[in-house]
Parts: sequence; C-alpha cells; structure tokens
Amino acid sequence: MTSTVDTIGRTPVAIDMVGVHKWFGEFHVLRDINLRILSGERVVVCGPSGSGKSTLIRCVNRLEEHQRGQIVVNGTELTANLRHIERVRQDVGMVFQQFNLFPHLTVLENCTLAPMQVRGTSRKHAEEIAMHFLNRVRIPEQANKYPSQLSGGQQQRVAIARALCMNPKIMLFDEPTSALDPEMIKEVLDAMVHLARDGMTMIVVSHEMGFAREVADQMVFMDGGQIVETNTPKEFFENPQHERTKLFLSQILR
Amino acid sequence: MNGAGRSYVRAAFAPVEPPPPAHGNAMSRFAASLFATPLNFAMTALSVGMILLIVPPFLDFMIFDATWHGTSRADCLPNAGACWPFIKAKFGQFVYGFYPIDERWRPNLAFALGAALLTPLLIPSAPFKWLNSVLFFGVYPVVAFVLLTGGNLDLRNFFLGRFIDWQAAAGFGLAAGLRWTFWVDFFASAFVLTTLVLAGTMLLGASLRTAFVSCVTLFASLGALLLAVDLDFGLRSVETHAWGGFLVTMVVAMTGIVVSLPLGILLALGRRSELPVVRFLSIVFIEFWRGVPVITVLFFATYMLPLFLPSGVSFDTLLRALIGVALFSAAYMAEVVRGGLQSIPRGQYEAASALGLGYWRTMSTVILPQALALVVPGIVNNFIGLFKDTTLVLIVAIFDLLGQLRASFSDPNWATPVTLYTGFAFAGIVYFVCCFAMSRYALFVERRVNVAGRR
Repeated sequence: MTSTVDTIGRTPVAIDMVGVHKWFGEFHVLRDINLRILSGERVVVCGPSGSGKSTLIRCVNRLEEHQRGQIVVNGTELTANLRHIERVRQDVGMVFQQFNLFPHLTVLENCTLAPMQVRGTSRKHAEEIAMHFLNRVRIPEQANKYPSQLSGGQQQRVAIARALCMNPKIMLFDEPTSALDPEMIKEVLDAMVHLARDGMTMIVVSHEMGFAREVADQMVFMDGGQIVETNTPKEFFENPQHERTKLFLSQILR
Repeated sequence: MNGAGRSYVRAAFAPVEPPPPAHGNAMSRFAASLFATPLNFAMTALSVGMILLIVPPFLDFMIFDATWHGTSRADCLPNAGACWPFIKAKFGQFVYGFYPIDERWRPNLAFALGAALLTPLLIPSAPFKWLNSVLFFGVYPVVAFVLLTGGNLDLRNFFLGRFIDWQAAAGFGLAAGLRWTFWVDFFASAFVLTTLVLAGTMLLGASLRTAFVSCVTLFASLGALLLAVDLDFGLRSVETHAWGGFLVTMVVAMTGIVVSLPLGILLALGRRSELPVVRFLSIVFIEFWRGVPVITVLFFATYMLPLFLPSGVSFDTLLRALIGVALFSAAYMAEVVRGGLQSIPRGQYEAASALGLGYWRTMSTVILPQALALVVPGIVNNFIGLFKDTTLVLIVAIFDLLGQLRASFSDPNWATPVTLYTGFAFAGIVYFVCCFAMSRYALFVERRVNVAGRR
C-alpha cells in the first residue's frame, strides 16, 4: 500500500521490478528483469527492436501484465487488483510513439478530459492547468485546434502536456520521437529536457543518444528480453562492458 | 556530373497561382460528359428513353389525369388518374386507425409534443441539450403513454404484495385511480429492498453512500413513473386494438429506434467484453435475434408467448410486438456498433487507460464518440430499415399505415379501378418522405462529425 514506500538512503524508490518475467503466448518477451528506479531519476532504455524495451515500460502502468515477479510503483504493487492499477495509472503519465491523441477532441479537451473525469477537477480549473502545461510545451496558441490540424512534433508535445495535466509522479516515454519527421525531433526533445530539469522521474525508451547523454542518470541496454547492461551514461558510452553493448553502440554511433 | 548546369540555387520563390480555368463553357462540358464516346452516347440515349417511358405516364397518373375533388367513387370513375378524394375521405383512418374520433386530440397532442421536443434535439446549435434529452427520452415516453392509452393502469401488486395481503391487513381502498394497497406495497417493498441492498453493500465493503443514493434514485424514478401511469387523469381508456395507421407506424418505429440504439451499444460492448460470461450471453442474444426473421419474432411474441406465460399474466398485443421489434433491431444495431468499435485503434484504448480512465469512462468519452461517428451511415440504414419493417406488424393483426390502407380498399363506396394504385402511391409518398428525411439528416450529421477535426 502507499504508506510503505521503500527508501534507499533518503530517496524514495519510484519503481522496483524484481525478477519480472513475461510471455506473449510461447514467446518469452521479458526475462528476469531487475530494475530499481529512484524518485527523480531519469532512465533511458535502449536496445535493438524486439528486445522488450516497450513491453518493459508498458508493464510499469500495466498496459501489459507480467506473469512472474514483482513490480512496485510508488509503493503500490501491481497485481490483478483494479484499484491498485487505477491508482498507479493516475500517478504514471505515458507518451506513446504514435501520440494517441483523441482525434474527436480539441487539444484543450484532450488535456482536460482525464483531470475532469478521473480527478473530478472543475472545468475551469482543469482548463487553467491545461493552459499552464500547453504553455510549458510552447503551444498554447493551438489549444482550440484538433490534433489532425497539428504537425507531428506539435501533437507529441500536446501528448506530453496531456499526461502532465494529471500531475503524475512518473513519466514513461515509449519511443517518443521515432514517428516524427527529422525536423520535429528537437522540439519534442527540448520539452523532455525541460521536464527532466524540473526533477520528474522519467523512463525513456529512445535511441536519441544525444538526449541520453544530456539527461540520463542511468542507461539500460536490453537484448532478447533481458537487461544486458546498466550504467551511468558516461561509462555506458565511453566504456561499455558487454560485447553485445559494444556491438550495438558501434552500430548506432557512427 | 560536373557540368556548370548541375548546380542551382533558387533566387526567388515561385508565386502561388490559382488553378487554370476549365475548358469551354458549361454547355460544351455537358456535351463532352454525355456524348464523349459511342458507349457514353448509347448510355445517354438509353437513359433518356427510360425517362421518357416512365415520367410522363407517372405525372399523368399523379397529377394531370387525377381526380382532385369529389365525395364518392362516382367522381373518380371517369378519370384514369389517381383518385385523391379517396385519400382525403380516409385520411383520418390512415393517421389514427380506429382511435375514437372525439379523442383524436390525444394522438395529435402526442405528435405535437414529440415534434416540439425532437426538433431542438436534432438541431446541434439549440441550447439545453441535456434537459432536452431527459425530457424526450425520459419524460416524453411516459406522457405519450398516458395520453394515448389513457393511463390509470389500476396497479395492484408491486413486490411484497405477492406475499402479503395488504387489503386484509390495512383495509385501504381505491382513491384518485390509485389503490392505496399498491402504494403501501411499493413503499414497503422499496424500504425492504433498499435495506437488503445496503446490508449487501456493507458485507462487500463497498461505498454505502453510493448504494443508498442509487437505491433512492432508482425507487424515486420508478415511483414517479408508476404514479404517472397509475393516476386517473380522467382520460377515457383507449385499447391498443383501436390504434392504427400512421400512429402505430410512429409508435413502433420510435420505440424501436429509441430502444435499439442504447441496447445495441450495450450488446456491442458486451460482445467485445473481456468477461467470458458477458461476452457469451451477448453473442447468444445477437445471434439468436439475427438468426430468426422478424415475422417469426412477431408471430412468436403474439401467438406463442402466451402459451409459455403463467395463466393470468397477459401482455398487450402491441406491447409484445414493440418488444419483439426493439430487441430484433437492437441485435442488428449491436453489429453495426461493433464494426465501429473495431475500427478504433488500440492506441486510443491504451492512451485512455494510461490516463487512468476506467472502462466506462474510456468507452463513453473516448471510444464511443469516435466509433458511433464512424457508423452513422450504418445506424441510419438500420433506422430506415426498421421504419419500413414496422409494416410487418400487419402479420399479427395490428394495422399500421399500410394495414389501414389495405383495410380501406374493401370499402364499396370507393371501389374504383384506381383506388388500389392511389392508396399505394400515397403510402409510398409518406414512407419516402420519412425515410428520405432521415437519410438527409444522417448526411448532415455525418458531415458535421467529420468536420470536427478528423482525418
């Protein structure tokens, strides 16, 4: 329950994954995942496609169900208990590769929907919060447009603002720039860097190594459903230990 | 590769220009599209021939050769065209069936109220949508029921009355059309049932306040509903046997439309549910109703259902047909809605879940608004089909517009060679106007939801 938050030293543990396994049918997609993320930490997860990165972070808010092991988020263990899942989801924001904005709602309505429906915030207050975060991702002038009227980069920034409107303690980013045109990647990464500077706990699945170097506290490299290597960005990039990591880095850092 | 012509840097932007005008004038473009090739030419000739073959005789029958004034068959016999006085003479029957003539203000009032409430509901910019919906979907059916039947149902037993004889216990009688025993029964039952629910809630550890509020709301609205149909408003009782014509068509169609959409949505959600029992029951329900013809349903409801019900329990024939038609169209509606639900990408569900929206909120605020907008054409298709299928209640001796029409053909006072054609022409016009209006409105809704920023 929420009252028993684990701590290491003085920093509370945000996410604790212990011996997590998951299968898609016969396919063993996550194998013995052990990962502890402290409050305020920024973790960048990378690895080849199909290595289980997305599945890993989707387990954190139970978009995917793990079959063995333990996942504790902000002191709440994820089990089949729907109330626990709801509580975790209210505290964990998520940004998707394909944005997944609600196309039938305006940008502002996208941002106010969950606070009004889930938290019971009044429309007026929800709109104030929404405008605050739209300002922070620098698109307040688009508030009354529909998502289809925006560029990919703008849509992804709206998605970030929408998640922030729920006042989450943890943000998950699932390849947030992979579906974007090259010219739009920077504006999204900038918004994420700002968020990181404000001390948000973040897990980012990304191959943007420049971004990783700039903000990550911890790098996680995955392959074949396992965590192969974790390290600080400096060590990870300059002195990778595992052969697989070295091969991967040599492929993407040319 | 290394010529001087290979290198190029734009000095000035090319200006934005309007598109070039289309070739020729309207007439030459018209000719080009109709007579461009031999095949085009042949098809144009064929079409013109068809039009010449059909339209003039049609206009002759409907207008030029038609009889417009008269009081009996004698006036129509000399003319080859439609016998419109027949329609005029029978118009009351076509609209109201055998509804008592001096009570016709009641269906009129019901029609007028319905139109007055429905029109602002259909106009997107009209205010008070929420209140309007409550009035139309919640209050209007009750008012229309009381107006059309006369109300004053003389209710006897609610729930506990099956076990306790209140009459003997309290000795109350009848006043203002209400049996006091029924209402004592109602309040006692409401009290007992609420207590049971609260006890159950306590055992399960759920919110007592929510349970109490839901119970009170439920029994209060049920009580208001029962009171409305039980009170004696001094209206003469009109049995549904006496209803007929357009009145029945509207009652069956409107009930079908208003019931089938919400029920269809629930069934569609049920069919996609992750709970095996819910999914199984939804599939059984949908496949059962889709598997039997509507005529079978009506036959079953009218002639066979009474055999299965305990003796003494009887439903009104029209009510049985209404329930049959509503459930039948709900099954079809469910499949249309399911098509819409399946076309919503998984990312939408995931984004809603990730924001902490639960199942019902996800469905009502994210998924259904998109899914329903996608299947507007299918939904309206069902509505139009339903509107025309209402005519099948003829099978179970309920006389809708078409039934009433056929009945009037046997009147010897109007027996002419053209009576039959005139009647069907009239029915055709009425059905066409209703269905075409629905179809055009659907087109308007479709454009509107598409303009709202999609694709």
